[in-house]
Amino acid sequence: MNLVFRLAWRNLWRHPRRTWLTTGAMMFSNMLLVFMISLQFGMYGLMIDNTLQAFTGHLQIQAPGYIDDKKMRQTVSDIVPLTETLRAEFPEQNIAARATGFALISSEDRSYGIAVFGVEPAYEPGVSTLPGLVTDGRFLVGNDAAEIVIGAALARNLRVELGDELTLLGSGRDGSFAAAVVNVVGIFDSGIADFDRSITEIPLGFFQDVFYMDGSGHHVVINAGSIDGIDVLQARVEAALPAGADLVVHDWDALQPGLQQAIKADMSSAFFMYGILVILVAFSVLNTQLMSVLERTHEFGIVMSLGLTPGRLGRLVLLETSIMGVLGLVLGAVLGGLFTYWFSVNGFAYPGMDEMAAKFNLPARFYPQVSTLSLLTGPLVVFVFTVLAALYPALKLRQLHPVEAMRAV
Amino acid sequence: MHMFAILLRLAWRNLWRNHRRTLIMLLAIVLGTWAMIFMTALMRGMVSQMVADGISVLPGHVQVHHPDYRDDPSIANLISISDAELSERFGTANFPAWATRIRVPAVITSEYESRGVTLLGVDPLQERGLTFVDYDAVEGRFLESADDTGIVIGRKLATTLNTKVGKRIVLMSQDPENEIADRGFRVVGLFDANVQAYEENYVFAGKTTTQKMLRVGDQVSELVVLGDDFRDVEAEYNKTVELIDGRAEVKRWIDLDAYLGTMLNVMDGFVLVWIVVIFLALSFGLVNTLVMAVFERVREIGLMLALGMRPINILGQIIVESLMLLAIGLAIGTALAWAAVQPMKDGVDLSIVGDGMEMWGMSSTLYPELLLSDVILANVVVLLLGFLASLSPAWRAAQYEPIEAITKV
Repeated sequence: MNLVFRLAWRNLWRHPRRTWLTTGAMMFSNMLLVFMISLQFGMYGLMIDNTLQAFTGHLQIQAPGYIDDKKMRQTVSDIVPLTETLRAEFPEQNIAARATGFALISSEDRSYGIAVFGVEPAYEPGVSTLPGLVTDGRFLVGNDAAEIVIGAALARNLRVELGDELTLLGSGRDGSFAAAVVNVVGIFDSGIADFDRSITEIPLGFFQDVFYMDGSGHHVVINAGSIDGIDVLQARVEAALPAGADLVVHDWDALQPGLQQAIKADMSSAFFMYGILVILVAFSVLNTQLMSVLERTHEFGIVMSLGLTPGRLGRLVLLETSIMGVLGLVLGAVLGGLFTYWFSVNGFAYPGMDEMAAKFNLPARFYPQVSTLSLLTGPLVVFVFTVLAALYPALKLRQLHPVEAMRAV
Repeated sequence: MHMFAILLRLAWRNLWRNHRRTLIMLLAIVLGTWAMIFMTALMRGMVSQMVADGISVLPGHVQVHHPDYRDDPSIANLISISDAELSERFGTANFPAWATRIRVPAVITSEYESRGVTLLGVDPLQERGLTFVDYDAVEGRFLESADDTGIVIGRKLATTLNTKVGKRIVLMSQDPENEIADRGFRVVGLFDANVQAYEENYVFAGKTTTQKMLRVGDQVSELVVLGDDFRDVEAEYNKTVELIDGRAEVKRWIDLDAYLGTMLNVMDGFVLVWIVVIFLALSFGLVNTLVMAVFERVREIGLMLALGMRPINILGQIIVESLMLLAIGLAIGTALAWAAVQPMKDGVDLSIVGDGMEMWGMSSTLYPELLLSDVILANVVVLLLGFLASLSPAWRAAQYEPIEAITKV
């Protein structure tokens, strides 16, 4: 073994330029893959977490059909006691109840139609980042107070400031006319004008009064912190629901069907590119190894006539390739890791990214995360394809006839 | 000239001395070229579709608003020129299409539900060709004139509101004095859109009817102009600026939708990066092939030099060999990419990830777009960089000392 290894090693360095060029191709694609995969998976994680933690949560309990129709009448009855029970059952999770309605919100100068959410002031900060974004004033406090928190863009459009009054006009659960006057106590600024314009929050108790909810609401939101193990949690929550209650538990994928698919769509185009890159490297290796086999025909003829089997020679060629592959893998992963690490400290941005990032609740600078997975996935695939590419020249050796081979120049 | 012809023949014959090596390299170049152009065509198609969809909702390549309208899309911010005067000015300007609209936020209420929507008060005759709604595919009918008293809403919205063609709904908004303006409408048509959010967000009513309801006389919120090509709207922009004469704000679509605008620019950058990355992956193999080709011909190069061939011609011969290889690969690769795009001309159905595509702002059918400029870009970049990459091995070949080279084994 030791002998074969030494032979392979020396063979590699007969043409140092060629070997380095081939290894260079591997290193290049490995570095690229490490960086891209680190960036990509870091991005997906952020995309999921930021989107879900902003407002939606990881699980929601709703009335059947609400997810499609979002009708005011599709309610979860006695939502507050239900939420209390769940909080007692799952003390480690952040759980809060919400109700949703639409209203025409009017200030002195302006009117806008907008979604109004009734939230539990004490628990909402656990399931949404919105309360933390209140830059002016404070978040809601009392459960029955006539207060409202609105976005900065909406406040600007309505021309209102803290302490001003707004009128809500809408229809209640039974279709009857719902109206209320509320005080602006807080203004949040997410930096995304559309988000700021699309959500307003009032206390749940007050919401239930105004919209004739009779103690009911629309969603129980569970923020599990991350999507790991969400299936298990979903099953446990389903089991914990009171017997006979006509309720369903939706996971994040059902709540935000676009999210998972956006990731899939992005992933499939990325994998197409990675695939092309890997195949190109494999071609480069195939070419090199085929050359190195062909130019050694004479020498292989001699060793074969001395009794070496084609199988062992084939293994020699594969070993040479593997050494080269390991070299490319280690150097590529190390350099790629360092390269990526630099960006993970300093951040990565390209022109035009902020607009795209804002659309997916992402920061304008990315900090790719180097992990064992992102470090090794790409390089290992390259390695496997490298060795596969060397199979053809290795198998070609079997057709070699010692006598003819020795005559070859 | 004669010399060049000899060089060409030499290079061509040298190329096929080791046909296996040449074929493998050729395969790699073909695959690389194919991937470059094919992927670029897909990406271009995606972005074009995205922009086209975006503009059809925005809508219009050039838009005219009150200067404050964009931050505060309210009925109080109307264009100060009357609709009649606008019609007079734009009617004779020979734009492919143009229209004036009222565009304000409103609340739509059925006997069961309320929702916030964007109310578009349009003249259906002007609007044809500008809007994303296909008049003939509308269930029921589209509006017939600017003083039509019916309303056309999206199918999804109709489901949510529990309404259908023939039923009545109420629209609520404000007039310029912030008095509540409301009016009952009969639903006359339901439209389908390829992006579901449009079905939920937009409702169409007659322009004159809307003006009466909102008590705004003969004024409008926006004027939009459609050009022939969304990539180049300068001519339309300049003409519009001239016609408006500083009395309202004139914007190109690129200035209005930062996301779409940057996507288009980012795409240009991405195409170049993609082409260069593929080339780099190829270049290792290319240089390697040349190094090998030079190496096994050392003696004959020495002989040619000894016989009086000038080093520059040796250099030229290697470079011509490399460019020939690239040119053949590029030609086949480009042809294959073209062939691969052909069956997809009628669109590729991506509806399995439709919601995800919608998140990226794309519709679920993809029409690849093979641009001549991209094909040229890919070919030129590869030839140019290929020329640079072959300089080093060619230079080395030209530097051989004839005597040393001939005696080399």
